[in-house]
Amino acid sequence: MKKLLGKKLKVIDLGLESFHDSLKEQGVDVLHVDWRPPAGGNKRLMEILKKLK
Amino acid sequence: MILKNIVKKNTYQDSVFLMSIAHRVKSLEGIEEVSCLMGTPENKKLLAEVNLLTKEGEEAKPNDLLIAISARDKRAIEKTLKEIKKLLAEKEVRKKEGEAILPKSLGSALDQLPGANLVHISISGRYVRWEAEKALERGLNLFIFSDNVPVEDELELKKIARKKNLLAMGPDCGTAIINGVALGFANVVRRGDIGIVAAAGTGLQEVSVLIHKAGLGISQGIGTGGRDLSKEIGGITMLQGIKALENDLDTRIIVLISKPPAKEVADRIIKEVKRSKKPFVVNFLGTRPERESKKIYFASTLEETAYKAVALRKKKAYKSKVFSEKKERIISLAKKESSKLKERQKYIRGLFSGGTLCDEAMLILKDLIGDIYSNLPLKPFLKLKDSRLSQENSLVDLGDDEFTKGRPHPMIDFTLRNERIIQEAADPRTAAILLDIVLGYGAHPHPANVLSPALKEAKKRGVSIVASLCGTEDDPQDYKRQKRELEKMGAIIMPSNAQAARFAALVVRRGKT
Repeated sequence: MKKLLGKKLKVIDLGLESFHDSLKEQGVDVLHVDWRPPAGGNKRLMEILKKLK
Repeated sequence: MILKNIVKKNTYQDSVFLMSIAHRVKSLEGIEEVSCLMGTPENKKLLAEVNLLTKEGEEAKPNDLLIAISARDKRAIEKTLKEIKKLLAEKEVRKKEGEAILPKSLGSALDQLPGANLVHISISGRYVRWEAEKALERGLNLFIFSDNVPVEDELELKKIARKKNLLAMGPDCGTAIINGVALGFANVVRRGDIGIVAAAGTGLQEVSVLIHKAGLGISQGIGTGGRDLSKEIGGITMLQGIKALENDLDTRIIVLISKPPAKEVADRIIKEVKRSKKPFVVNFLGTRPERESKKIYFASTLEETAYKAVALRKKKAYKSKVFSEKKERIISLAKKESSKLKERQKYIRGLFSGGTLCDEAMLILKDLIGDIYSNLPLKPFLKLKDSRLSQENSLVDLGDDEFTKGRPHPMIDFTLRNERIIQEAADPRTAAILLDIVLGYGAHPHPANVLSPALKEAKKRGVSIVASLCGTEDDPQDYKRQKRELEKMGAIIMPSNAQAARFAALVVRRGKT
């Protein structure tokens, strides 16, 4: 937590774009990810990919 | 009416954006229903339940956009589809004109934003662990807004975070205020030296707003997610949060808030609190407060929690207040409200967007009007048979998982709440509709506006509308403006959720205390 409380926030946003906009509005250094479900959302493929890591 | 499903392959969009598209095209001529969702099994099940799924739709994969349109004729469907395609294309253009090139993964985001220290996650719950584990591996703290995350995933993530001295706020973490920045749904409050750790999103919002209104401020507001104090999770994040605030030089008083916790977890946390050098105000909803000492104070409502922390900071004795306004004025207002009611209108119907606010209202009301039915009741026998249908006095948490599957949270999307307001108002036994209206970042940009048609409809039927407005004058929606507009519609706006619940009880009791 040393990297968080009392330090300048630098945020990566995964998900709803509206949260990215709220953070931006507050002057936060934030980057939105053009996120897609991993392995096209295929659960079995995700498990296989995880094992490969 | 004809029904059509259109599947757009590999077209991922977030749920809030898709909701806004569906909302915009619903008013087109000849349209009965439109739904735009990603083709996950959960979403397909939802569509099937409302008879909007066809054979074509069943083929959609989680990465495909599934559009369901029910309309008068083929022409109306074609027109709607054209409009949806136009809105999707407009977004693509905005994306290209906006930030350079958006990263496609956490890894590439880190390359573009070196030194990032937090990942804000609001993707579908089923993918959270996949991404959150990667973030923790890279030394990033987490704020997980997503719900519907399996409890075993939460436990694993929190264990990894603890080991790495990182903070995993959530899943299902609605609110946090870190270094003055609002994460998730949070209000614009003054910075100060009262630190909060909360396993209750709207609990954190309500307490921070009331502290702000009392002239003081917040050092940090750490959210833990609503399940943190469950037996399974064991309060991992709350214990980390307490430790962090004990070491934080900007924090003088620590406030702890939780939805009803598991007893053994609450006991373990109180044991930790007793060891601390800083003073605490503790509100574990639904638990019996222990004996207070000079360092540990207990509160049973969110309002009491905020005011006890304020009194402690100002070195003044805490004085409990039932209403901020004079008693005579409140009773006269309640009598005026109830004068419009018919004899059989005798029940309160609470429609909440905040789970903790719903819990708090139930705890207050049970002592004033007796049993309260709910989808998340205080006692198992008070569970509603069908969460979509109220019985006698009922308070419903519309932010619970069963209502948010496949649709945005009720603080963002008022569709469900508006429908339910009209449904409750049409019940001849409803006397008062009790609401929590939450302002701040993340929430709907203009709640008064979007609630207006439903509230006007309810007022026409003589039902009393009682609401609390959780927000500050610095929130993007502007507290004063929202209050003014809601009051113009005939709603009674109380200064806190606790007072709104008490006032609703006073209305159904026809002003009798």
